[in-house]
Amino acid sequence: MAAPKASLHLVAPVWNGGTRGIGGLSRVVAPEGNQKKGRSLLQFLADCFYDVEALRDHLLRKQVSKVHQKNRFQGREWIRPNQRGHFSLDFLKLQAVPVEAVDASGCAINYQGLDSLLALKELQSLWLQRCPHVDDWCLSRLHPLASSLQELSLAGCPRVSERGLACLHHLWNLRRLDISDLPAVSSPGLTRILVEEMLPSCEVLGADWAQGLKLGPEEQPRDTAGPTPA
Amino acid sequence: MLRRTLLLGLCRGPLGRGLGTHRGGSILDRDGKMSEIKKKIQSILPGGDWNPLYDTSYLPPESSDVVIVGGGVLGLSVAYWLKKLEKPRGAIRVLVVERDHTEYLAVADDPPLDIQFNPSGYLLLASEKGAAIMENNVKVQRQEGAKVCLMSPEQLRNKFPWINTEGVALASYGMEHEGWFDPWCLLQGLRRKVQSMGVLFCRGEVTRFVSSSNLMKTASGEEVNVKRIHEVHVKIDQSLEYQPVECAIVINAAGAWSGQVAELAGIGKGPPGTLQGTKLPVELRKRYVYLWHCPQGPGLETPFVIDPSGTYFRREGLGHNYLGGCSPTEEEEPDPGNLEVDHDFFQDRVWPPLAQRVPAFETLKVRSAWAGYYDYNTFDQNGVVGPHPLVINMYFATGFSGHGLQQAPAVGRAVAEMVLEGHFQTINLSSFLFSRFYSGEKVQEHNII
Repeated sequence: MAAPKASLHLVAPVWNGGTRGIGGLSRVVAPEGNQKKGRSLLQFLADCFYDVEALRDHLLRKQVSKVHQKNRFQGREWIRPNQRGHFSLDFLKLQAVPVEAVDASGCAINYQGLDSLLALKELQSLWLQRCPHVDDWCLSRLHPLASSLQELSLAGCPRVSERGLACLHHLWNLRRLDISDLPAVSSPGLTRILVEEMLPSCEVLGADWAQGLKLGPEEQPRDTAGPTPA
Repeated sequence: MLRRTLLLGLCRGPLGRGLGTHRGGSILDRDGKMSEIKKKIQSILPGGDWNPLYDTSYLPPESSDVVIVGGGVLGLSVAYWLKKLEKPRGAIRVLVVERDHTEYLAVADDPPLDIQFNPSGYLLLASEKGAAIMENNVKVQRQEGAKVCLMSPEQLRNKFPWINTEGVALASYGMEHEGWFDPWCLLQGLRRKVQSMGVLFCRGEVTRFVSSSNLMKTASGEEVNVKRIHEVHVKIDQSLEYQPVECAIVINAAGAWSGQVAELAGIGKGPPGTLQGTKLPVELRKRYVYLWHCPQGPGLETPFVIDPSGTYFRREGLGHNYLGGCSPTEEEEPDPGNLEVDHDFFQDRVWPPLAQRVPAFETLKVRSAWAGYYDYNTFDQNGVVGPHPLVINMYFATGFSGHGLQQAPAVGRAVAEMVLEGHFQTINLSSFLFSRFYSGEKVQEHNII
């Protein structure tokens, strides 16, 4: 009756990869690692039944696909370039409207380039995934956004290390932080725990604590070819 | 004529060493053999280092335009700026003489330099007495563009709940680009860079200066003995052999031992109260640093904390380890004759204020400790920069009493400008000249920890 726990592993990583701005919905990171109290009924059912899990997944993906890419202004939809890569001129009429979210994923934004972002006093979400030049020095510049920034993603930035993550302590309003897949961080699992302790009201998406742990000689990995018996 | 063409062809030789970049190398330069041959020819010609009788590669060259005594961060910084600012390129031969071989062994590798900078900021705590000075300091810092914030005890408790704010009236916290880094990485990086720029290194000890003096009259009619150093005798480690190096300029960047090097040049040998009798007031002072583990201690956000009592600590790594210490008072100064660590000092002088300030530190376990020397300026604990008024070709870059690392890049540039141009250009450091020891004008540095 109960789906084997092993299958949950298959779903979770795919789901994490597809997520961008996580809305108020999810509190699931890795189901087996979730220590939070007060899990909703839906989540409980999702843990037990594979079908419910898949349904929830699908609903979330639909939600996420609406909030996809580029900048978002207060109350308005994303503004994107047209086929030729030009922004429409309506954009200029919106100068007085504050910017709430910036998606600079994959951009070659660097230390000096952050100047433009730091002036945005109402910025709530900032995505800097896979930015090749964002490093520890850049992170120490983010403190002016402390009063408004609620969501920050640094996933996949090759130059960010745990030393820069220590500066995120200034961002006391932060509710969602993605620090997964940071190759320059020496102990990803331990770093994530320390960041969670540093930012108690923030949900931190990152490496599992067991990642990077070395197994002792007695604890050889078991063969997980087939599903484990329920 | 042959020699001239050889020299013209060879002028790129010494500059191309180090990191092995052969941009625009000719087809004839297969396997770098041609540049090797060129180097060999140049060393054979007069002025080069080659001696036909025996191997002298461990000796310093017979002459060098600038000899830098001391290969620490200040000496390397001066070498870097001399090579960076010289015109034309390759015009000046710079030699760095360093005595200690264990500390500064060169490691030649190419990956980009990462000095492991932790931008966690400094948190200085002030009692009632020091609050006004702290406000003033923060004002100056902000004027220069530093992002520093002042915090009341309540704000401090909110931000860092692990602090006990008893006795703290005000705190200053650096928000941006302030923190600590690995000095060893910086030193190695500087050394590699400076070698690639063509600076020569030599392991040895400076034992003698050969100088000539002239009796001259100052503008006020007073007679002074003006000295000029012509040769530096570099003694090779564990041997009686020495090499006299002819030089035009000597830079004293010998850190804690600068006082001894200055004495070799005759600085301070004269009737007390005169300029000739004014010694370089830089002495060795031993300082301890302790590394401890405290599993309940403050977390990732911990800045470099400095207590009003002078005790300091910071986070080290991710494993709840911390390092810190405290400067002893004048009466407690340990004997600088050796580098043995006094563990009672931690128990009696460092731990109590730490435990009072951070209650979690009541249970901790010291993992290791080490000792090092400050180049302590007994006059005003501030650096000495620039030429000596009487020994006119000795320049100082020392005496920073524990602040040498942070000030090295700027001081290196200032001294290089002084050497190349004759005056300070970028930053005016004339208040830090040697002459203040004679005139008595102190530039007191209060914040040595």
